Amino acid sequence: MKVIDPHIHMSSRTTDDYMKLALGGIHTVSEPAFWPGYNRAGVASFHDYYNLLTITEPARAARFGIRHYCWIGLNSKEAEDRQLSEEVLAIIPQYLDRPTVLGLGEIGLNKNSVNEIRALESQLNLAAERNDLILIHTPHLEDKLKGTRIIMEIIRNDKRIQPDRVLIDHAEEHTISEIKAHGFWYGLTLYPDSKGSPQRAVDAIEIYGSDRICINSSADWSVSDPQATLKTANEMRRRGHPEELIHRIFYENPKAFLSQCPKFQG
Amino acid sequence: MAPERCPKSAQASLELYFLENRARLLEIAAFLDRIDRCDGAADARADFRYNTFIKALHLLFESGPQRTKAIQLSFSDPTLEPIASAEGLRAHGAWEGGLK
Ligand SMILES: [Zn+2]
Repeated sequence: MKVIDPHIHMSSRTTDDYMKLALGGIHTVSEPAFWPGYNRAGVASFHDYYNLLTITEPARAARFGIRHYCWIGLNSKEAEDRQLSEEVLAIIPQYLDRPTVLGLGEIGLNKNSVNEIRALESQLNLAAERNDLILIHTPHLEDKLKGTRIIMEIIRNDKRIQPDRVLIDHAEEHTISEIKAHGFWYGLTLYPDSKGSPQRAVDAIEIYGSDRICINSSADWSVSDPQATLKTANEMRRRGHPEELIHRIFYENPKAFLSQCPKFQG
Repeated sequence: MAPERCPKSAQASLELYFLENRARLLEIAAFLDRIDRCDGAADARADFRYNTFIKALHLLFESGPQRTKAIQLSFSDPTLEPIASAEGLRAHGAWEGGLK
């Protein structure tokens, strides 16, 4: 079985986890830039992080036969500090042309604040100018519906951005139909407590169909599971879904979205 | 695009998922019992999260075939106005305004 995990934070995981991915057939991953669990002190930390994503992780992954791609961006949680945010936005362009960078991500909203929106708009503008792919982080829990709607409104108002070059991630039952209706790709995240389970992800496939959906683990430094995609594939198998459909969901779909960036090799 | 039919019959789904969901139901009952039993139960029962939770339990019966979506919406902030600052704020899993 071949699987692509389009959203996994391998820099927060152990090298043993790379081995687990390889043994499970996950030979391609993409890692969005995100919040490390603490606020960084200055722009130098972001230089280090973007070098980690574009140099260290691809090399660490390659030891296990895994292709590692990444996304560069300023996460919404650290966008609240306006001065730092402006310094970080100024350095982002110098990383976007590196060979494994697929686009801007994960950018989006966290608590739906004015400063978060400002940083998001600035990065969407950069992506539109460069015609880069966009990976969107939507807020957690009670803020998700509102944040997803604000984000979609901003993107839809920029006619330079084609919705099928945007993946709106961490979708759940109350946001999927609106995201799909606007022509975006959507991501379902398998996160034990705060997002979805394998059972609910398979329910979503049964309800909304198999097009424009990417399923990811978002495994990171918190309670999460790098093998969550495999467990969801197994849940499909347990219900009797055909292997062809499983292959489409976990391999062909992420490949189709990510291949819109010419640097991506599935 | 067309939905993907669940290959299992409803009876087979009941068979497959009954025990794990029976266990989840007991976890919820035990969670509510624990709140009742512990010191300060009245304060906890006045908390907006407790009340949104109870409201969501009612939705299990009242919201028809789209229970999951209805419960998700009941926990969500449906407004569209950005907030002035996110400084020091976190997500709670429930929206206080939903109780009004
Ligand atoms: Zn993430």
